[in-house]
Amino acid sequence: MALDISALLQKKKKSILEMWINNQLANDSLRDDLISNEDATMQAEELLDAFLNTLRLESRGDSAEGGHDPALEMLETIAITRARKGYSPRETGVFLFSLKEALLKTLNDEIKNDPVALYNESLAISNKIDNLTIASFETFIKGREEVILRQTDEIAEISTPVIQVWEGILALPIIGTLDSARTQVVMESLLSKVVETGSEITILDISGVPAVDSLVAQHLIKTVSATRLMGAECIISGIRPEIAQTIVHLGIDLSGIITKASLASALKYAFGVLRIEVRKIKEVKV
Amino acid sequence: MRPERGKTSKMILSLSKDEMEIVREQDVVPFRNRVREYSVRIKMGLVNQTKLITAASELVRNMLNYAKGGRIRIEIVSKGRDNGIRLTFSDKGPGISNIDLAMKDGWSTAKSLGLGLPGARRLVNEFDIKSEPGKGTTITIIKWSNG
Amino acid sequence: MEKIPILKMGPFLLVTIQVDLYDRLALNLESDLIQMVNKVGSKGVLIDISAVNIVDSFMGRILGNIASMSRILDAQTVVVGMQPAVAITLVELGLPLNGVRTALNVEKGMKLLQSMVSPDEAGEGENIEDDTIAV
Repeated sequence: MALDISALLQKKKKSILEMWINNQLANDSLRDDLISNEDATMQAEELLDAFLNTLRLESRGDSAEGGHDPALEMLETIAITRARKGYSPRETGVFLFSLKEALLKTLNDEIKNDPVALYNESLAISNKIDNLTIASFETFIKGREEVILRQTDEIAEISTPVIQVWEGILALPIIGTLDSARTQVVMESLLSKVVETGSEITILDISGVPAVDSLVAQHLIKTVSATRLMGAECIISGIRPEIAQTIVHLGIDLSGIITKASLASALKYAFGVLRIEVRKIKEVKV
Repeated sequence: MRPERGKTSKMILSLSKDEMEIVREQDVVPFRNRVREYSVRIKMGLVNQTKLITAASELVRNMLNYAKGGRIRIEIVSKGRDNGIRLTFSDKGPGISNIDLAMKDGWSTAKSLGLGLPGARRLVNEFDIKSEPGKGTTITIIKWSNG
Repeated sequence: MEKIPILKMGPFLLVTIQVDLYDRLALNLESDLIQMVNKVGSKGVLIDISAVNIVDSFMGRILGNIASMSRILDAQTVVVGMQPAVAITLVELGLPLNGVRTALNVEKGMKLLQSMVSPDEAGEGENIEDDTIAV
């Protein structure tokens, strides 16, 4: 019976396509402001061909599972193209439902004499189109996730600026949460700058880190250790009183780590280590 | 290669396979270089590369020291959108009788500092160890490109 | 059989590691170095690892050994030029590298050795001007 359907629909391909386009015109989903009507029609025809191809492969026993599914592949390409052009996922969904309408109407016209077959085949076609629709939404979401990932990377890069505050002294203010992935980025940025500038003192300012728990403390300790391994020093500054409290209550051991309340006092300390003195210029009274 | 439809996309796919035989200490460096090649191919960052190769170095030395060598399979794998390197170390050595103890920091035998296994595990994302005393040991590690 | 060259720089010895160390090479380096320290009466050893991409526990042990052996012969050891990726990995690996002092580069390493070898003369050779703000 499935063989009949595949061949039957293939025969009616032209009228299905026409019906489909008319449906889209009727429900205004063609969006000729985004794609020309000719291109839209070509897209539709390609998808219909691929769909009929899948049906034919299935009817021959070449299952679409784990193998080649022309309809799905074509759809994913169309979905990505449409998303890029600015179609909403709903519009692409309606695009597919319009096809479903056309297919079901065709089935009805052709086999309405056999209600049982009509029901079964309609259900099968309906399920296939629904799966394609779900796939189109998934493709849309995947595209969005890629944008988010890319932006996350960009943010990570921007939010670890290493500043040379003096010859031999680097400062790195950390804004935001410090997880293990970010810590690695921080360490890499800081330490490459250390090598580049030959700076022996680095100041990690955490006044922009909202919460410091044992994990964050571990990340900080690792950063200090890595810096010391290379032959430089790392001072942690910007410790708010609440953070100091949390650290003690959590029993975190920060002994061996040089900590300062502010970036300014860390800088003063660094000057001391480098044997640098800052003096007010004496006014000469005339 | 497509994952089966219906399964979640968190299935791990193997995209390429390579094997190396480790027999003597001179095999260590070429092995490390091969791992480096593959890591660079999937555009893994430098720190992650270093972590992976260092872990691999620990494990291959273990294989040489305790089992007189073995085989290593190097694969590029993918999980969803991320690519990674999977290394499988198989030897027919004496095996580890108490894996839990071996995985604890500070446990030491003979030449090692007691840092081999737990240290290596911290450097990678996934770490699996199967061992049967008298039969051999198989250790599989995965380092994802975006670690 | 390749040997790692050991250079004499004043009272100190400089070793630049540029190849991947495997067991025999490393053992040779240890013994060559310690022989030299003894022969020359050197007070300090500088090990330049700026070309080393991977430091595993084996390499870590070699560095620790060299430091310990040198200390027995009354010489200090400073390791210089550690790459950032190596430092980050070592911390994660949990390698303590005890008894090994480090410095950013050969120049700073020499200064460190000097201060360790003769603490009274440490850094005082600098001019007073250096201690004020550089303009």
